[in-house]
Amino acid sequence: MTSKPNSYDNILEIKDLQTSFFTKDLEVKAVDGVSFAIPKGKVLGVVGESGSGKSITSLSILRLVEEPGKIKGGEILFKGENLLEKTEAGMRKIRGNEISMIFQEPMTSLNPTFTVGQQISESYIIHEGLNKKQAKQRSIEMLKLVGIPSPEKRINQYPYELSGGMRQRVMIAMALACNPELLIADEPTTALDVTIQAQILDLFKNLQQELGMGVLLITHDLGVVAETCDYVAVMYGGQVVEYTDADTLFKSPKHPYTVGLMQSIPPHDHDIEGDLSVIKGSVPSPAEMPIGCRFAPRCPFATDLCRTKLPALETDEEGKQIRCWIYSDEWDGAPEVNIHANKERTT
Amino acid sequence: MQTKKELLKVTDLKQYFPIKGGILGRTVNHVKAVDGVSFTVYEGETLSIVGESGCGKSTTGRSILRLDEPTDGQVEFNGTNLLAYNKKEMNSVRKNMQIIFQDPYASINPRQTVRQVLTEAMEIQNSVPKSERNDRVLELMETVGLGPHQADRLPHEFSGGQRQRIGIARALSVDPQLIIADEAVSALDVSIQAQVINLLMKLQREFKLTYLFISHDLGVVRHISDRIIVMYLGKIVEIADKKSLFENQMHPYTRALLSAIPSTNKENKKERIILKGDVPSPIDPPKGCRFHTRCPFATDLCRTEEPVLRTADGMLEGHQAACHYMEEIKTGEHQPTTV
Ligand SMILES: Nc1ncnc2c1ncn2[C@@H]1O[C@H](COP(=O)(O)OP(=O)(O)OP(=O)(O)O)[C@@H](O)[C@H]1O
Ligand SMILES: Nc1ncnc2c1ncn2[C@@H]1O[C@H](COP(=O)(O)OP(=O)(O)OP(=O)(O)O)[C@@H](O)[C@H]1O
Ligand code: SF4
Ligand SMILES: [Mg+2]
Ligand SMILES: [Mg+2]
Repeated sequence: MTSKPNSYDNILEIKDLQTSFFTKDLEVKAVDGVSFAIPKGKVLGVVGESGSGKSITSLSILRLVEEPGKIKGGEILFKGENLLEKTEAGMRKIRGNEISMIFQEPMTSLNPTFTVGQQISESYIIHEGLNKKQAKQRSIEMLKLVGIPSPEKRINQYPYELSGGMRQRVMIAMALACNPELLIADEPTTALDVTIQAQILDLFKNLQQELGMGVLLITHDLGVVAETCDYVAVMYGGQVVEYTDADTLFKSPKHPYTVGLMQSIPPHDHDIEGDLSVIKGSVPSPAEMPIGCRFAPRCPFATDLCRTKLPALETDEEGKQIRCWIYSDEWDGAPEVNIHANKERTT
Repeated sequence: MQTKKELLKVTDLKQYFPIKGGILGRTVNHVKAVDGVSFTVYEGETLSIVGESGCGKSTTGRSILRLDEPTDGQVEFNGTNLLAYNKKEMNSVRKNMQIIFQDPYASINPRQTVRQVLTEAMEIQNSVPKSERNDRVLELMETVGLGPHQADRLPHEFSGGQRQRIGIARALSVDPQLIIADEAVSALDVSIQAQVINLLMKLQREFKLTYLFISHDLGVVRHISDRIIVMYLGKIVEIADKKSLFENQMHPYTRALLSAIPSTNKENKKERIILKGDVPSPIDPPKGCRFHTRCPFATDLCRTEEPVLRTADGMLEGHQAACHYMEEIKTGEHQPTTV
């Protein structure tokens, strides 16, 4: 690499990341060539089909993928340095410090045998060298910030005594306690109601603006993406299929999967008759991962080309990326594709 | 029109959890998670519960099934009082009332394959003859959009969304009458969520299933529900048919809630009502109207006297809200008291 140690435009840049699980006789390519970048102080939203590799991508960044999973290749540049070349001791310094993570399943990542207060305090004690009493005070403030009522009482409770949404906020408080430079948040607001969600997302935004924190926000709520993200990466079958700024994504989505995704959201501001529009079929099993475009078996526009050859992630002059044959010179289907004409209503 | 059959009737349900403290570990206080909730679920309908995190939605669902023993109140299912049942009777009635949980990982045994999870559920309730169980497993998996190649996998080999479908398949495996779905589709990404919602609605039409649907996604709730309950801090603040709730909501909290939904539609954005003030705790709920600490319209009356659920002029039958000033707020006679 030619750049100087501290000159970088992207707080995080992932290049061609490959993470696989090696089961009995099968390689599950959970992340299969993912690339994206988060410019300093910006929020990247990652959306995509369930099982498309969003969580494994984020676990890979922190090198927390568990056996039989393995990062096979690629680069993960954090502040210009490749995390895949760091020692385990070096990673430990980064985790929960420069990069912190909010996990998708709060119950499994909170320790059931410690009180909420003990768990948040730990971060202040380790990273800021506060004593127990100071750490407790800071923990109470942080719980208040994430909207937990009576934090001075809650702090002595165990995770099982809290509601789902409260546990999630405890996780958020823990992740923010160390003032990270990069926050990875895997579905951080799924268990929250919208008034609290608005408050948490506001908190992210403030911290991001005040401290220049970069955020990788995994969510399935496109409303959340529209309101909080600067950029969006859409994932399917272990790959990024579309990457663009958020405004463009909502105004003119290009990938047929992205379009299908948008059409299947039940609207909250009007009623729709009959079934919701869906993308037919399901995510391909890793054993039968299509050789062509991963989305071809479910795509209403798929041609022979799509079914036999994997499209590359093409970058245009503005840095927007798309992985779909429709937008290439090799396209062998109808010359004018109405990308919005793929309404499909089956169960 | 036939008269609607009351499948589940909940009366003045209360669930207080003790808080232990001090060196002796004595009960020093209570979390009033659910504090006097009454509603009826009719056969074949979908009644949803929405409301802030911690307001008691899950606890309401769990108390109905007596997964947590209710502190007080009545729960009638098919006309009989569940709270009078002993453990054995309760277990047999559970076949008819299934729950799909919020956190799929915590509710599925991590050491069982999908096949084992589903077979065990059928075994416990003896709902399907042994010889047919294997076919039924594959059929259920297909119903919820999982492939037969995944039958012998362990839960950790699935993504979060895939695990949720295992939970739904397990609930369906015993042919229940009532399904309590606690954030059952929240973890699913939208294209699969749409399939599962269509599926739940289709199963409802075919088998006359009844749903008590707990969710915070108001788009989903709008699509799936016949009626909706809005809870705040352990109490119902509004209950209405879907149309009334979305088009003629009366309670200030309901209004704030609906205005906070994040929207992909940037052009046609409603003004967001930002709630201020401390989120109160169910340990010491505010006197009077429980919403008064955050309500822009609160007065001294709100701070001292608790409003009851009632139907005002201009509200459809069955639509009730608990606010002292709902008529005056609607007409504009009562303006916000805080700036
Ligand atoms: N321990 C494991 N062994 C085998 N396969 C695994 C394992 N963990 C994950 N996978 C597979 O890796 C793929 C990606 O999973 P991941 O959890 O990243 O999905 P996701 O995009 O986060 O989905 P969701 O939105 O449902 O959370 C899935 O197909 C999953 O089945
Ligand atoms: N076993 C328990 N012991 C003590 N308190 C509990 C217990 N279970 C729930 N609570 C408390 O009861 C209240 C209601 O919790 P509940 O889980 O019903 O909320 P909820 O409306 O489902 O919230 P969410 O949307 O976050 O899931 C919360 O204050 C919670 O902390
Ligand atoms: S009763 Fe008063 S405090 Fe409660 S919602 Fe109505 S106006 Fe607000
Ligand atoms: Mg995930
Ligand atoms: Mg809950």
